[in-house]
Amino acid sequence: MRKTRVIIAKPGLDGHDRGAKVIARALRDAGMEVIYTGLRQTPEQIAAAALQEDADVVGLSILSGAHMHICPRLMELLRAKGLEHIEVLVGGIIPDVDAPKLKAMGISGIFLPGSPMQEIIDFINERVRPRAEAV
Amino acid sequence: MGMKSPTTDTEQPAKAAWERDVLEPALAKSPERSVSFTTISGRPIERLYTPQDVADLKYDEDLGDPGVYPYTRGIHPTGYRGKLWTMRQFAGFGTPEETNERYKQLLAAGGTGLSVAFDLPTLMGRDPDHPLSLGETGKCGVNVTTLADMERLFEGISLADITTSMTINSPAPMIFAMYLVVAEQQGADWKKLSGTIQNDILKEFIAQKEYIFPPRPSMRLITDVFAFCAKEVPRWNTISVSGYHIREAGATAVQELAFTLRDGIEYVQWGIDAGLEIDDFVPRLSFFFNAHSDFFEEIAKYRAARKIWGRVMRERFGAKHERSWKLRFHTQTAGVSLTAQQPYNNVVRTALQALSAVLGGTNSLHTNSLDEALSLPTAEAATLALRTQQVIAHESGVTNIVDPLGGSYFIERLIFDMEEGAYRYFDTIDKMGGMVVAVEQGYPQREIAESAYRFQQSVEKKEKLIVGVNAYVDENEATIPILYIDDNAAEKQLARLEEVRRRRDAAKVTATLDTLRATARGTGNTMVALLDCVRAYATIGEMCDALREVWGEYEEVPSI
Repeated sequence: MRKTRVIIAKPGLDGHDRGAKVIARALRDAGMEVIYTGLRQTPEQIAAAALQEDADVVGLSILSGAHMHICPRLMELLRAKGLEHIEVLVGGIIPDVDAPKLKAMGISGIFLPGSPMQEIIDFINERVRPRAEAV
Repeated sequence: MGMKSPTTDTEQPAKAAWERDVLEPALAKSPERSVSFTTISGRPIERLYTPQDVADLKYDEDLGDPGVYPYTRGIHPTGYRGKLWTMRQFAGFGTPEETNERYKQLLAAGGTGLSVAFDLPTLMGRDPDHPLSLGETGKCGVNVTTLADMERLFEGISLADITTSMTINSPAPMIFAMYLVVAEQQGADWKKLSGTIQNDILKEFIAQKEYIFPPRPSMRLITDVFAFCAKEVPRWNTISVSGYHIREAGATAVQELAFTLRDGIEYVQWGIDAGLEIDDFVPRLSFFFNAHSDFFEEIAKYRAARKIWGRVMRERFGAKHERSWKLRFHTQTAGVSLTAQQPYNNVVRTALQALSAVLGGTNSLHTNSLDEALSLPTAEAATLALRTQQVIAHESGVTNIVDPLGGSYFIERLIFDMEEGAYRYFDTIDKMGGMVVAVEQGYPQREIAESAYRFQQSVEKKEKLIVGVNAYVDENEATIPILYIDDNAAEKQLARLEEVRRRRDAAKVTATLDTLRATARGTGNTMVALLDCVRAYATIGEMCDALREVWGEYEEVPSI
């Protein structure tokens, strides 16, 4: 069985990467394979990385308030590439009123500041079934 | 007069005897809550501190009276009995008009200085119509793209009569040039203008990651500002060397202290290497620390910072003027400590953090609003945050005495230990070849990421409790009103940018940008060239692009 593959990305102009790095490490320590894209990734770059890395999960860290622009674009690109099976999670500062809109566009998990790492690990493990290694 | 040395004082009961005769029987009856106690930074803390723990403390050398080198007890002889700290609330959102209104309200509520928060496009030197600005304009702060925006931002506010702090780093010289031109339009004398630009690029590479150009040309922009201000704007604080963001990124208290002061050392060295006279520019360097939640550790940190800076300026650099030895600093309560859960608890956290900054002798202070883990603050939340400072200033009584905690066995011991930790980091970084090299190698970045992860683990394991998050959790908590920033500001700013582009003299813009490029390739002062670009209404994106062409852009190698 191959490990769950996760892409952690920081879209937008913001550089506050503490959360992204901590969660990337926590997921890796929980046995997942984690690819951290680094800063200032466009939705196009993130979707391309998801395809290339055959990701099971894409985790976005957004604190700047730009989520209502970045998320719809990314979801559209993932659909266009036939990657609807990928679980997309968003962590950061997300106002309550935006949460249902993000869910409606296919984002499966929204994690606010203070979310326990274990909750995010469990969330992923419940949703992603282990796949056989590609041959 | 020195503190009596307890090692020669035979009347002082030894700690060992107390432990044997008094403590052990008590522990036998009721054990302590934990086998070990640590600060939020993970520093082990003893049960009790006694004169023995500060046996090596020499009053004049280690503390000094207030206003006297090494300034551990503060830089003012009268502490807050003379003048209170500046209550400076960081604010900015949406369009310049909206923020202008918030400033007038903060000043009317008794705020004594302004502090500008810019949005991400401004911080990253991008115009609102750049693809990377999508969804970001006016969100995290106010959008300022051209001089026209700066004019609106300070409409009806006399720059001669207030002090303004501007949190801007990579494009600091461009924004500062806009401010200077607005002051000029208002008829204010640059020589009397007072305020601060953050202008601290090292902590951007280390922690906040809002950099544009590579480290070395970025450092040149900063020394250009030092040189320009020493002549033209002598009362302006040319930099705010910032530990705040380093701490927010996960550093421990000692790492915040060490990396910030080592950044300060790097700026001083680059200034000297650029041909500046140390006592001409060092007095205008200011600092910015975080007020985190571990009360005593924070107080020790501020007091240690003054002591270390004084020593380093006097002994390592041989600065002659007392003003070069004095560390002046702003403090902001820890944004990272705010919780989205049970947000009203944040008022209490912020009050305690603010109190630590005051007891540590801060020169100015920002208190966070209770809703900032959820959004930018509402006007009501921002007012309550300011009121928190006013209660400390006028009701708590702590401002009636200078350095009330000086001589505390615990705090003075902590200072010795933190000093040692800071000097150890200085040694490591000196050996690497300085902070620019250390940053290029990712050294402070790795140290901080490691601490951040360790802290998160201690929260996961409940070794550290956060009320409302991993303890005393309330499943049915009520929501609070938040400020929702829509895309109106972006639309307005886009329209304005178009208007400015239409109305300005395009040939003049091209010519001033050409001069800027030529200056960047040569050795002239970039501030002078930037002032001309700004007067021609060049945009922040255009000015930064001109420099991107010459210097390139910095990209960090991602690592976890």
